[in-house]
Amino acid sequence: MEWLMWFTKFENTKPLSLLLFLISFCAILWYVFGSKKRSDRLESYKNMPFHED
Amino acid sequence: MASVGVASAGQYNYDVVRKFTILALIWGAVGMLVGVIIASELAWPVINMDLPWITFGRLRPVHTGAVIFGFGGCALFATSYYVVQRTCGVRLLSDGMASFTFWGYQLCIVLAALGDVLGFSQGREYAEMEWPTDLLIAVVWVTYAIVFIGTVFKRKQPHIYVANWFYMAFILAVALLHIFNNLAVPVSLTKSYPVFSGAQDAMVQWWYGHNAVGFFLTAAFLGMMYYFVPKQAGRPIYSYRLSIVHFWALIFMYMWAGPHHLHWTALPDWVSTMGATFSIMLLMPSWGGMINGIMTMSGAWDKLRTDPILRFLIVSLSFYGMSTFEGPMMSLKDVNALSHYTDWTVGHVHSGALGFVAMLTFGSLYHLVPKLWDTGKMYSTKLITVHFWLATIGTLLYITAMWISGIMQGLMWRAYDDFGNLQYSFAETVAAMHPYFAMRALGGVFFLTGMVLMVYNVFMTIGQAKSAPASGNLAANAA
Repeated sequence: MEWLMWFTKFENTKPLSLLLFLISFCAILWYVFGSKKRSDRLESYKNMPFHED
Repeated sequence: MASVGVASAGQYNYDVVRKFTILALIWGAVGMLVGVIIASELAWPVINMDLPWITFGRLRPVHTGAVIFGFGGCALFATSYYVVQRTCGVRLLSDGMASFTFWGYQLCIVLAALGDVLGFSQGREYAEMEWPTDLLIAVVWVTYAIVFIGTVFKRKQPHIYVANWFYMAFILAVALLHIFNNLAVPVSLTKSYPVFSGAQDAMVQWWYGHNAVGFFLTAAFLGMMYYFVPKQAGRPIYSYRLSIVHFWALIFMYMWAGPHHLHWTALPDWVSTMGATFSIMLLMPSWGGMINGIMTMSGAWDKLRTDPILRFLIVSLSFYGMSTFEGPMMSLKDVNALSHYTDWTVGHVHSGALGFVAMLTFGSLYHLVPKLWDTGKMYSTKLITVHFWLATIGTLLYITAMWISGIMQGLMWRAYDDFGNLQYSFAETVAAMHPYFAMRALGGVFFLTGMVLMVYNVFMTIGQAKSAPASGNLAANAA
């Protein structure tokens, strides 16, 4: 369990969390804007409130 | 896109939506009336009449409870139940459970107000209710989560519209916040002690307090915005992809911002810095959402000239942009050193609460009421216009008064004379603020008058529906 002590040090966890959050953010951006086909599909959902009429 | 035909209006549960809509208006009028009373008490303390039940300390949580949880909460129940049915194409999961959330929630608000007036309080911001009421709230809220998420699960549409994402984040986050903030050991039916203490207790309270703003008063109302702005404008939202980035960024960042309420206290400095950092970063998703809403009007700005409902919605987004710029600025430690504990904070909260939350709710309910009662349009468009100007002027009076009062108060507190003594006594700062207290109360009177006009307009609209039921498109008899 000694390896868990690595997480108790800010100099380790700060860059780690920065890396994780940055990767997550980039992944979301890539998912949303990375593909023309997917972009078109996502944008088509904006019309959902009008389909009910 | 792939979509499936939606159910007809008769297949939706509008009964519970109508009930929540009416109670939102009633709690709004009551809460704002209490707000005007306590604002007047600060300006003219004689109004207290030396009665403990109506002193500022007891009525203030009645005001916040009635407007946030009564007015705002009922409006969120109403619109979320409406939006989830319409965008999923199915009826609510359970009519009985939905009805339970209505009656249970009203009981919670009444019990909370009675507890405040009678002096039973945990002394926790926006969570004054003692443990029996807290338990009831938890049961009602979990039922709400089951109804909403269950309805999403049985949807006919393949995609979950972005408004529902915001509503779900709000429901789940509020459940989490409410339960952890109210962990307490009861010692009697009306008294309990929190399990946390000291700086930890303060941190938990402001983790809850700031996220009550972030999820109850922001994320949920953004859900409302993503449905009602496009509907009223007759145009889809500007960018659906931006709404996805907006959602994930906003819900991630809000959770960390609470410590900015505790700058320069016993809280560890790194926690304080983290809260300020996330608050600054919050500007990006906040403005992303604001721009997404406002840009929906691109190419159709002329509609603002003739449609006061749209005016409510777009002005609400402008206030949202303004207050989400002001918030991060106030979270900076040096700015906070001046603004904290002053009326500036009160003004900031109300620029968001009146300018964004209430105005967005007014616009959304004006859109919703004619549809719920099948009247085609509101009883009087002129009254909506008058309401819009009363609300706008009232908000501006309020926040301008508090800006001047708060910054003056902060500067007076930190002023020293040539000998290094404090230049002003506390009583002198209160005396200097008196004109602005009166100005704030006047702003409240404007806002309350608009609210009363709305209640009249809505009840006249409902009256029209009763006099000619199921007509489908009743013509309004007043312009």
